[in-house]
Amino acid sequence: MKIGVLLKQVPASDSRIKINGDQTGIVTDDIKWEINPYDEFALEAGIQLVEGKIASSLVLISLGGKDAEARIKDGIARGVKAKPEAIRLDDAAFAGSDPLGEARIIAAAIQKAGIDLLLTGKQAIDDDNAQVPAMVAELLDRPQVTFVEQLEVAGDSLTAHRVMGGGQVDVVMSPVQAVVTCDKGLNSPRFASLPGIMKAKRAKIAVWGAADLGLDAGTVGAGAAVVSEGAYRLPADRPSGKIIEGADAAAKVKELVRLLRDEAKVL
Amino acid sequence: MASGILVFSEHDGGKIKKTAFELIAKAVSLNMGPVSAVVVGAADTSALGSYGATTVYTVSGDAFSSYTTGTYTKALAAVIAKADPAVVLGAASNLGKDLFPRLGARLGAGVITEATELSNDGGLVAHRPVYAGKALVTAKPSGLALVTVRPNSFGAPTAGSGSAEVVAVDAGVSAADAKVNVLESKKSDASVADLTEADKIVSAGRSIKTAEQYDSIIRPLAASIGATPGASRAAVDAGYAPHSHQVGQTGKVVNPNLYVALGISGAIQHLAGMRTSKVIVAVNKDPDAPIFAHATYGLVDDLFDVAPLLQKEFEAL
Repeated sequence: MKIGVLLKQVPASDSRIKINGDQTGIVTDDIKWEINPYDEFALEAGIQLVEGKIASSLVLISLGGKDAEARIKDGIARGVKAKPEAIRLDDAAFAGSDPLGEARIIAAAIQKAGIDLLLTGKQAIDDDNAQVPAMVAELLDRPQVTFVEQLEVAGDSLTAHRVMGGGQVDVVMSPVQAVVTCDKGLNSPRFASLPGIMKAKRAKIAVWGAADLGLDAGTVGAGAAVVSEGAYRLPADRPSGKIIEGADAAAKVKELVRLLRDEAKVL
Repeated sequence: MASGILVFSEHDGGKIKKTAFELIAKAVSLNMGPVSAVVVGAADTSALGSYGATTVYTVSGDAFSSYTTGTYTKALAAVIAKADPAVVLGAASNLGKDLFPRLGARLGAGVITEATELSNDGGLVAHRPVYAGKALVTAKPSGLALVTVRPNSFGAPTAGSGSAEVVAVDAGVSAADAKVNVLESKKSDASVADLTEADKIVSAGRSIKTAEQYDSIIRPLAASIGATPGASRAAVDAGYAPHSHQVGQTGKVVNPNLYVALGISGAIQHLAGMRTSKVIVAVNKDPDAPIFAHATYGLVDDLFDVAPLLQKEFEAL
């Protein structure tokens, strides 16, 4: 069984976000990039499945420019014992794709690479769309199990704990040829080891474009997008609040509750 | 020609969720044509009309006893074909985020995730947070749009006197469409609202110090005002609270009316997850904690002194 893991390069979660001059996105100059934190759970799960000999091989796939290679190498370094292959999906025709266009590119790559089980993060923490994995599953006519916090693979089926919200968790059994999106709690992602980093430096990353994937360039990129983004902006600052003074904790708490009830009217 | 708005109305064991009413009322105010609702599985749909839905499409049958992507996608695709809306709205719950992209890929429709504001500018414009709310962007669909909306974005609507025509749709869905088997549905605490839908949240940071103190101090304090307990990443990573309780960029992004932060310093990634809360209360003994710059009300004091007193005051309300 062949496992695929999608890796996306995103700004680190402690990044301060600034909007660029023409409001088309963010200022990337001072951004520290990392693997999308939710993809790290997918990566760790994939590595463990190969190490546990439940899966035979691991393929890391990233849709992104040359600058995403550092993130793919980070993934290779962490998964060094699983000897992952790596593929970067890049083509001028991909520029400006909306999530459905991205899903078409990735679905074609999954087919070409012969992936059985595709593991991804539940969402990327940059655009927060949480769309591509489910779209890939639909385009490949495979089941999806999203928001997974526990996963077991045995033979040709998998059992996953899917978080439904409101304290509800569903235990779902699916054929192994599926798309699973990973949530925090699934595992504790490992760091890269020094030998892993050394090996990753020399690793080859294949680059596949539209022609390699047999994709009609008219179905991806800005021209095929069914959702377009407008201007980026920063959220309005919150009005400054007040510090509640009082003789002691009890007096402050009394005043706080009075304000919550009479001024803010939230109690 | 496609027109109007169809609201996918989630229910919990047959009781329509309040976010559905919120979305119907918003859909009416957008003035984009008739507003209808769709309910999948057996539920009491009688209240939907009073918020402005003129038609309620129902799809029912044994195949919908638990949620599966396959059965719901087929059901919704059939209702969309019948109702021919320009826009479909649903809650940005885990269910909505599982279903809408799948449906989008099936129909070739544009999907917009977790909008917090919608407007009609000769067509739908959605405003949505990105980078966990550190920035906002507008999104415009070019055809049919499937939009999930963050709960509590528009506030609770008031019911009117309207009623809706109920239209049962046979989507031809069978258990085989599920493609997966739901073996079990585990519900831990049904009385507590999900963080993403909660009206009130009481959260603690690493200074709660132990899981025992989280359970004995934060949970009862939250329960005393019907709030959902939350936690910072530091508290979760230290093992004081389960990961499902984490608020922030790598946890839940929340939108309550009241957010009480106890012993939380206010790291960027935490602030990103709760900054849209209507009222933020910060309790921290460090007067320089960054959280105070974002709090509506700040209380410089020790959380272990404040929490029991606050619980007593809440219980006396």
